[in-house]
Amino acid sequence: MTENKLMQVSASPHGRSSASTSRIMGDVVIALLPAAIFGVVYFGFHAFLVLLASCVSALLAEYAFERGMKKKLTLSDGSALVTGLLLGLNMPPEIPLWIPILGSFFAIIVVKQLYGGLGQNFMNPALAARCFLLISFAGQMNSFSVDGVATATPLALIREGERVDLLKLFLGTCGGVIGETSALALLLGAAYLLFRGVISPRIPLSYICSFLLFEMLFAGRGADWQYLLGQLLGGGLMLGAWFMATDYVTSPITKNGQMLYGILLGILTGIFRIFGSSPEGVSYAIIIGNLLVPFIERITMPAAFGTGRRQYVKKASKG
Amino acid sequence: MEINDKSDKVLKKEGSAPGRIPMKARTFKGGIHPYDGKELTRDMPIREVEPSGEMVYPLLQHIGAPALSLVKPGDRVLVGQLIGEAVGAISANVISSVSGTVLKIEPRLTARGDEINSIVVENDGLFEKVSGFGEKRDYRQLGRDEIIRAVKDAGIVGMGGAGFPTHVKLSPKNPEEIEYVIVNGAECEPYLTSDYREMMESPELVLQGLSIILTLFKNAVGVVGVEDNKPEAISQFERIISQKRLERISVCPLKTKYPQGGERTLIKAVTGREINSALLPADAGCIVSNIDTVISVCRAVSLSTPLITRVITVTGDAVQNPGNFRVPTGTSYRELLEAAGGFKGQPEKIISGGPMMGNALFSLDVPVTKNSSALTCLLHDEAAQEEQPCIRCGRCVSVCPENLVPQLMMKYVRQGDYEAFEKAKGMECVECGCCSYACPAKRNLTQTFKQARQQILAQRRREAK
Repeated sequence: MTENKLMQVSASPHGRSSASTSRIMGDVVIALLPAAIFGVVYFGFHAFLVLLASCVSALLAEYAFERGMKKKLTLSDGSALVTGLLLGLNMPPEIPLWIPILGSFFAIIVVKQLYGGLGQNFMNPALAARCFLLISFAGQMNSFSVDGVATATPLALIREGERVDLLKLFLGTCGGVIGETSALALLLGAAYLLFRGVISPRIPLSYICSFLLFEMLFAGRGADWQYLLGQLLGGGLMLGAWFMATDYVTSPITKNGQMLYGILLGILTGIFRIFGSSPEGVSYAIIIGNLLVPFIERITMPAAFGTGRRQYVKKASKG
Repeated sequence: MEINDKSDKVLKKEGSAPGRIPMKARTFKGGIHPYDGKELTRDMPIREVEPSGEMVYPLLQHIGAPALSLVKPGDRVLVGQLIGEAVGAISANVISSVSGTVLKIEPRLTARGDEINSIVVENDGLFEKVSGFGEKRDYRQLGRDEIIRAVKDAGIVGMGGAGFPTHVKLSPKNPEEIEYVIVNGAECEPYLTSDYREMMESPELVLQGLSIILTLFKNAVGVVGVEDNKPEAISQFERIISQKRLERISVCPLKTKYPQGGERTLIKAVTGREINSALLPADAGCIVSNIDTVISVCRAVSLSTPLITRVITVTGDAVQNPGNFRVPTGTSYRELLEAAGGFKGQPEKIISGGPMMGNALFSLDVPVTKNSSALTCLLHDEAAQEEQPCIRCGRCVSVCPENLVPQLMMKYVRQGDYEAFEKAKGMECVECGCCSYACPAKRNLTQTFKQARQQILAQRRREAK
């Protein structure tokens, strides 16, 4: 029985769901594990070191910055780990370790923290860092090898007009960055995210569909399914569409905006892959898409319940 | 006039004549499924509480102008006696629920957190009634004005929470344009089972109350909307409706989802019509009343009994014996809690109402009013969590029943840009709490909107002057 003790008050609602930022980030890490494990098994121990270096340095960069700036430490929300892991998965397997470490520091400090930390960055940190590294260290970032033997990526082969083994692309036994080769592992992770309600299929599906349509119309190969599947499974599209384009912070929050954003990414990726100088285009497409997010949100604000066309209007009086 | 009536299309598509409600559970877009806690009290029959302590009758238990006190200290009052009279177009009577002596008239703390001028009565425990109290009447013999007068005299207000005077609601500009009289039996608020118990224990009163209201609206059908987590209530209503051949009344099962019982979401589910904050339900041809309100109408008209009691769920994991109680208005929450055995642990939070839309209380010394619905006492306060940065996950957008973008609205309020907040349709917010509930970063979205809306409304009032 309380005596005259005053109680704690706050405005309603008094209930909260069990969802939390760290749980969401944890789910993303779990969803990336199949691709990470496949990458390590297929490319070897150095790939593991690359992932480890990028993750640890991302956490370290976040810690050092927040400590130095006397801000609240936010390592426990898991977002730095996700950034580090995504960046690591975007590295060629035999890259010298100082490159992912530099990339992680760039991602966390320049792209994320200098703009205000979690939720404030307007570009996906991992992708912005990848683009930074691609421009700065084009040689190392574009040399791919399997078991020490230099190989071309499937997209480069397709560009040369060679045929690729689609089954190999699906399973991931081909050249590329650590996390992008196995469509199977990525789809497993994506299915997990969809099942847990972490992502919706709006962005990935509209992205993939608009990309395929654009390729069909402008690649000059028509509905050559061999070519289209190669474009779909080789390269970074699966990793980008399911795990990078769906990044909450840098994608539109409105539902129609997400569809529009996906379509836009598909078109941009198509343009870069068909007309660009590199066979890849996903990273740049998403980065440019990120810049358009505020605009997309503005033009796709939903009509509130019972307003605009949805509002009930009485019929003119009968008779 | 623009014709935009999707509702009739919906009804026709499902193969029913206008006004016939299809049997499939209907709902709205958005919403949440919080832990409902109803198992604590759903099987607890309503028990009567006889208060012994002092009774407090705030003169404002409704939306509108405060009632005018008709008594002075030292006066003797009886059960059913008018002690506060409605003044102005929108106001409601206040009726004494006990017999005794008026002690004083002074501002007293209420469950909403403000102090309201109240009549304090010392209960003599005799429960002596005014003459004519409880006399039976046949509503079929009464005219429209007599029914509305009876409702007004009984001091009935919407008992779902808002407390809009019922006699005003029942007198829309064009009664013949009302097509639906909807009884809100959704009870979507977690923990609450008082409406459910009333539906199970006195379904005849609900249906009779609805029949009485239907005599006022000759072109309307009556619909009892019940969430499908209460199948016993739905089948019981259906059985009585078919036995008594109540041709104008049907039951509409609703999907169990919060806030299904919100006025706009309920109208949408039952009729397919969408209204915004500038419209009244009557503008969409609807009258919506809560279960307890309809029962009160029945009691007032058929049994000459004014609104002096209401059913309250006392619940939560901090309560010794959670249950449902019929309590005279004016009883203090402290006495009500004692009827439920008191606390079994130290609660972190005490709420008048349920956890989604109720008011947190800092003291139990507040009276039960006409629009109280529950006393929820929780051992653990889930709201006491630190806010984290927004990650723009979009959960607030998915759950918003008003189809708003709470994330952007929050950003605008934080920036102090109220113009942008209004442009983002912030004034359409119904403060249901879904966004705050769903937010993984535990941001107090609803709370922020409440404050912003109040400031904007105050500003508008200042400008109107």
